[in-house]
Amino acid sequence: MDALDARALDGNAIAGLLHEVFGTEMTPAIGTCASCGATGPLAECVVYLRAPGTVVRCRRCTGLLIVIVRVREMNCVDLRGLAALATG
Amino acid sequence: MPAFGRLSRGKDLDGMSHASRGFHGRRRDPEGAEGRVPPGQYVTEDFPVLSAGPTPRTALDQWTFTVGQPGGAARSWTWQEMRALPSETVTADIHCVTRWSKLDTQWQAVSLDTLLAQVEHDAAYVLAYCDGGYTTNLPLEDLTGGQAWLAFGYDGEPLDPEHGGPARLLVPHLYFWKSAKWVRGLRLLDSGEPGFWETYGYHMYGDPWREQRYAGD
Amino acid sequence: MAGTAVRGRLTWQVATVGEVIDETPTVRTIELDVPDWAGHRAGQHLDVRLTAEDGYVAERSYSIASAPGEQVAITVQRIADGEVSPYLTTELRRGDQLELRGPVGGYFVWDAGGAVSPLVLVAGGSGIVPLRSILRHRQRSSSMVPARLLYSARSLPEVIYHDELGGYGAVAVTCTLTRRQPPGWAGHAGRVTPAMLAEVAWPTRQDPLAFVCGPTSFTEYAADGLVALGYPPHRVKTERFGGTGGP
Repeated sequence: MDALDARALDGNAIAGLLHEVFGTEMTPAIGTCASCGATGPLAECVVYLRAPGTVVRCRRCTGLLIVIVRVREMNCVDLRGLAALATG
Repeated sequence: MPAFGRLSRGKDLDGMSHASRGFHGRRRDPEGAEGRVPPGQYVTEDFPVLSAGPTPRTALDQWTFTVGQPGGAARSWTWQEMRALPSETVTADIHCVTRWSKLDTQWQAVSLDTLLAQVEHDAAYVLAYCDGGYTTNLPLEDLTGGQAWLAFGYDGEPLDPEHGGPARLLVPHLYFWKSAKWVRGLRLLDSGEPGFWETYGYHMYGDPWREQRYAGD
Repeated sequence: MAGTAVRGRLTWQVATVGEVIDETPTVRTIELDVPDWAGHRAGQHLDVRLTAEDGYVAERSYSIASAPGEQVAITVQRIADGEVSPYLTTELRRGDQLELRGPVGGYFVWDAGGAVSPLVLVAGGSGIVPLRSILRHRQRSSSMVPARLLYSARSLPEVIYHDELGGYGAVAVTCTLTRRQPPGWAGHAGRVTPAMLAEVAWPTRQDPLAFVCGPTSFTEYAADGLVALGYPPHRVKTERFGGTGGP
């Protein structure tokens, strides 16, 4: 793993942000990647925080799953990279 | 959560604005910076690395840069061909939308005027595309007249992959998300098309002096 | 209004710093007094927000070091050129205030109640923090769940919670020091290897549960290693910290 990808975190790092967006704890929620069909808990997804927005990618195919941009104190959330998201 | 500091404007949704004694953050606002720091920015000594995905690693013998208009003329350069073009050292202040600014950065770069001059086109807009899938859009006139470069060196060294090497766009008069890392080409278009961050809520133009961070600013 | 414990609503609250304990030359535990604290689960973390006088704001996440039922505490490792950790580990003192949000985390958590699976805990550097919460919780709950810890640190002085780790009942602790070992060191040296993982891994027929935490590259290596030993991926829970501050 190169040094830059060593900076990538996982969904645990955005537990608070996801809770703010969804109103509930989301790290155990199971997402399905719309690009490759991989499934897994959001906690295990690859997260990039050092960016103009929060970017969540599929661990298997690096496809975009979720992008969250904070615009004027509002969270703008794009979930189109998820084919499905199942809680509990 | 954001990994960069921000300057809060009054109260947020929770109505909180609670200062912690003795906390300053790392930023500096050095002497001599007056007039060089756009609103809402702070000056940093380091060069933060931002990324929205894994770092592309493109070998120089695979690298090409293409400028073209869909359905029209296109021109590609290999690495050797690009490096054979006249290049220059560019000193610029850069401003990231995440609020850090870095003054007097030095780049080794080929002017986009040089590259664009070799392609016949009548386009008004550009979509820059990159290894890893990143894109950003700009009006063509912001890439000409000595305002923009294809940068392959930083501080006298080859551009590090984490900073966008082998080559990136350098468009210092706009927020630095427009200076696309790992750039591989410019698509010349008749109308503006939002790139990656623009699609997710950032401003289509991005002038730091008018603080055009988000769509609607 | 602020911090009311409305179920499901996560708000920023103002917390007051209590005792600060220097665990190592670069690591400090900070006890926090949080009004309306609703309790936490072992493995959870807090989001911390610091605001400077001029309005500059920085946010970071820190794992909760204490067990459920104990006073909330975080353990922070100072990153040399960091923006927040130097402030928290050197400047912050009793009586100071900061904002926090939490507890958060519903995946990298372990509850003693009803637990039967043997535990494998693998920590790299500051990754020991949430695992320490798990071990304290296990101890305080008088849990009979077998547990083993593999801890990778750079050197002995950089082992966090050193004395405490040796004192848990029936927890085998294996330590590897990656950069410097003291004279007469009887533990491992160098980075975690498949053999070290095999040493601490419970047989898969016992349906063990693993928690791996530390810098991203460490965590991925160790988690992959456990999967290579036959652990089903969903039985290896991971939490990745930023790239620095590890073994």
